[in-house]
Amino acid sequence: MTAYLLKRLAISVVTLALASMVVFAVLEILPGDPARLMLGMNASADQVELLRNQMGLNAPLVWRYLHWAGGLLNLDLGRSYTYSVPVIDLVRERLAVSLPLALIALALSTIIAIPIGLFSASRRGRAGDTIAMGAAQLGVAVPNFWFALMLIYVFAVWLRLVPAGGFSGWGAGVWQALKSLLLPAVALALPQAAILARVTRSALIEVLNEDYIRTARAKGLPYRTVLWRHALRNAMIPVLTILGLQFAFLLAGTIIIENVFYLPGLGRLVFQAITQRDLIVVESVVMLLVAAVIAVNLIVDLSYAVVDPRLRSRQ
Amino acid sequence: MTLHIDIPEETFSSILAKAFRNTAFVTGFVITLLILAMAVVSYIWTPYDVTKLVIADKTQGPSPAHWFGTDHFGRDILSMIMVGARNSIAVALVAVGIGMSVGVPLGAFAAARGGLVDEALMRVNDLVFAFPALLSAIMITAIFGPGAVNAIIAIGIFNIPVFARVARAGALAIWPREFILAARAAGKSSTQISIEHVLPNIATLLLVQGTIQFALGILAEAGLSYLGLGAQPPMPSWGRMLFDAQTRMVVAPWMAIFPGMAIVITVLGLNLLGDGIADILDPKSRRQR
Amino acid sequence: MSLLDIENLSLTIGNTQILKDVGLSVAPGEVMGLVGESGSGKSMTALTVMRLLPYAARATGRVTFDGIDILTATEGQMCALRGDDIGMVFQEPMTALNPVKTIGEQVAEGIRWHTRATRAAAEERARQMLDRVGLPSAKFPLSRYPHELSGGQRQRVVIAIACALKPKLLIADEPTTALDVVLQAQILDLLRDLVAENRMGLLLISHDLAVVTEMADRITILRRGEVMEAGDTVRTLSEQLHPYTRQLAQASMHVPARPRSHGANPGNPLLQVESVTRDYPGRRTSLFRRAPAIRAVDDVSLSITPGQSVALVGRSGCGKSTLARMILALDKPSSGTIRFRGETVTGKSEADLKPARRDMQVVFQDPYGSFDPRQKVEKLVAEPLHVLDKKPTRAELREMVAHALHEVGLDQRDMDKYPHEFSGGQRQRLSIARAIITRPKLVVADEPVSALDVSIRAQILDLFAELNQKLGIAYLFITHDLTVARAITDEVLIMHEGKIVERGKTSEVLGHPQSEAARALVMAAPDLHRAIAKRMQEQG
Repeated sequence: MTAYLLKRLAISVVTLALASMVVFAVLEILPGDPARLMLGMNASADQVELLRNQMGLNAPLVWRYLHWAGGLLNLDLGRSYTYSVPVIDLVRERLAVSLPLALIALALSTIIAIPIGLFSASRRGRAGDTIAMGAAQLGVAVPNFWFALMLIYVFAVWLRLVPAGGFSGWGAGVWQALKSLLLPAVALALPQAAILARVTRSALIEVLNEDYIRTARAKGLPYRTVLWRHALRNAMIPVLTILGLQFAFLLAGTIIIENVFYLPGLGRLVFQAITQRDLIVVESVVMLLVAAVIAVNLIVDLSYAVVDPRLRSRQ
Repeated sequence: MTLHIDIPEETFSSILAKAFRNTAFVTGFVITLLILAMAVVSYIWTPYDVTKLVIADKTQGPSPAHWFGTDHFGRDILSMIMVGARNSIAVALVAVGIGMSVGVPLGAFAAARGGLVDEALMRVNDLVFAFPALLSAIMITAIFGPGAVNAIIAIGIFNIPVFARVARAGALAIWPREFILAARAAGKSSTQISIEHVLPNIATLLLVQGTIQFALGILAEAGLSYLGLGAQPPMPSWGRMLFDAQTRMVVAPWMAIFPGMAIVITVLGLNLLGDGIADILDPKSRRQR
Repeated sequence: MSLLDIENLSLTIGNTQILKDVGLSVAPGEVMGLVGESGSGKSMTALTVMRLLPYAARATGRVTFDGIDILTATEGQMCALRGDDIGMVFQEPMTALNPVKTIGEQVAEGIRWHTRATRAAAEERARQMLDRVGLPSAKFPLSRYPHELSGGQRQRVVIAIACALKPKLLIADEPTTALDVVLQAQILDLLRDLVAENRMGLLLISHDLAVVTEMADRITILRRGEVMEAGDTVRTLSEQLHPYTRQLAQASMHVPARPRSHGANPGNPLLQVESVTRDYPGRRTSLFRRAPAIRAVDDVSLSITPGQSVALVGRSGCGKSTLARMILALDKPSSGTIRFRGETVTGKSEADLKPARRDMQVVFQDPYGSFDPRQKVEKLVAEPLHVLDKKPTRAELREMVAHALHEVGLDQRDMDKYPHEFSGGQRQRLSIARAIITRPKLVVADEPVSALDVSIRAQILDLFAELNQKLGIAYLFITHDLTVARAITDEVLIMHEGKIVERGKTSEVLGHPQSEAARALVMAAPDLHRAIAKRMQEQG
């Protein structure tokens, strides 16, 4: 068990270190001078030189990387050029929108998908299964931002139940804030739920064909009991894998969805920073998102070990 | 993770006969064919010229003259969807091509070699997977400039580890089989075995993954053009059309509805096709409970 | 009165008729043997009694268990019967247990379900049951997971689950087929004792006449879904009145004719294995530690002369397959040398191995897995020709394939077919055709007949014998089955835990085994002659 944990942890740390080098290198090999890129063509040579010094661009490459990476570890992410505030403050402020959004979406998709997957698998080939999987098939095909537009049209423009976009901030009341996150969360969650439901169903069906399911039924357990007690836990591994992957999808999805709903979140921040060439913000936020993905993958790996005793004793 | 592959034991004609009894396959096949036909036809003929702006006809609802209505420049939405199909298909198809042509040999090689080579390749794979694909695509296209070619490269790069992983998992399931041992006993090298025995036996797996990635590519391309990072105007693209529609939702909802439907139907068709192929060729899915 | 009564049972799955008018009965305390070759419908008969048939199956007729009409019972009634009054043991112990639940949970689950006992009471009972099937608490606490147990141990857990509530009827579907002969004998003893203790009825399903003869009071012989013959075991098998019964019995005892036998002649040996050892690195127990290396093959020496037929016999996991792979240069020894035709094979590059490969071919166990399903027979059988120095033309190649197919009794037109168009026995012929196409001096055959039905097995053994006589090919037969060794080999080597523990002439070693390992194998091996004789003696 400890060997497995240590191995996964080591892999995560190495991946994280490599990822930081990649992020650093990509921005390093950018065509042209980053300071010039950020300031635009009209800036004077003095302005550019000033920014180069400020960004530490005149120092040797390795030193710059170490300085940057060391800063990351101390949560010192530098100063945003366009906003003129420390990046960490920006991130903190935007995270207050993006994190609840991603978590609500993840929870929604899981709550919707797992029961549908169970329902479909237990009624394989019957009408209920066909309808549920038809809907899931459709859900997988819907682009989330288009779905978001349709939601806005129906719930904000027509029914006027929720705001069409924008975010009032948590200060103006939790209920108000949640209301503006509701449509974005649904738009993010439904396509993911469709994928998750399909995976849950097929994982369950695969498990239901296993010999030990027959052994359990030969003990006299009814089909439904076997499904819950024996099949579900064994089907968890592919489901967990997809949940982990979905987290990365959700993060990327927030970039588009936050743009559709004009939400001041991390995704919108990084998108704007990219278009405004605020490379310091881009570097930091991308690194943060990558770290989040790696952390979630580590959690998924660890939960495999909780589900599957074979992983606990092997390796 | 291990993968179990039951190799179907059928001839081409028996598979074909089964394919045409499979609803998912037939539906997916027909939809895909129609979308492809639409893209091809758009080179020769479209109801209206999509490069001509007719301000007098702007934001008209669906009518016999304009089935899907017109946009804010008076262009025919149906014609734009037809031309936009080219772009979506081209970007997604080439991106799948990039992913397959690099990823499959890498995955097959990793499986054949095993040991350190395998471990190293898989760690690189993990690394690429750690970057949310769309985020990186946005970075790439934003940094190197928006446009269809950069969109292809951005999406293609993230297809590589997907195909590498699928090819490796498939190949690892084939390698312990006795017929591989027989080929080794006949003195064949691991490259020869990979080409002659492994690849033909994982082709189905790759084909199914190909349709999935094709569909994901179309979604990703739409997302990028929606953010203004894909194909550039005046070339119509589905994502761009949705972006233009967003601010006009109240007055011209058809501008959003029809391009979105085009995306949904295309992706649905490809996914059904992939499901159909998997169903037909994988005997496990036919097993009863 | 019978415990289980099956009358006129017919079963269809889709449009395929699986069973036709099957009838059999089991009385309390009686052992009924259900025998048949693959596809005879014996497993489906068992699943019908359990009502665990595939979805599309339709059964007609009457199945009565203890006064209950099984085919019309509700699912609720069936759940009450399964696991309580009827227990079932399956063929594949490796997959029959849920990998994420402890053995304690899995044995106690049925007890709790049926008796509504408390967890503690159920676990107490599960503990007693595991003790009874030979898994004592010191080594096998309830908290063990299936993956921590061997195949034989897992089968004991499955038996504990099936017998936990002392069912009136136990159904055992090929319970020992996946185990080696020594484990088979142990599991059969356990079943026999449990049946006697609890006066259970046992429906024992097997393809192996010898196993059934040792165990069963009465026997039912099934072929293609129909009952061929039924009756008292000893009388049925000693009289062999029905032609199919006779055919099965003769095939089980078949010994191919081999007029010329090759002793160990003192000439130049074809193959010499000299103190070969193979270690596998131990499992990593932590980041820096590894368990000690596992020695799969330990200082083995042997030699085979041209035309000689040698058996390498041992229990599963004794290292015989690893040794075979090293001889075939598919795996490298950790130490020691292997010489073929006087030349050292160990450590040579693939290119330098070509001449050796030409004279050394292989036949595998699984006639289904040893052909690439995507290639035609012509390409598959011709694969070893790859090692020829001069590449044959297409016409020459087809000529050679046709010849090889002819030699193994197949038609030359078969070369344009795909492997799935052949039956199991025909595929094994294809395997042999592939092995002899280069006119090798040695063929290594790894369990070449153990996946085949008895009648097919007899034919394939005949083919092996014929090719040995005609072409003078030497064989190394890897097997756990002593009947194969007895039928077709001149010399036998007994392997145990990586070492060769006994060697000599086949008839001598198997007739008078000296080492403990050899004695255990000989004692455990089912033998139809001996079983009939023993049963007759018992009954007087």
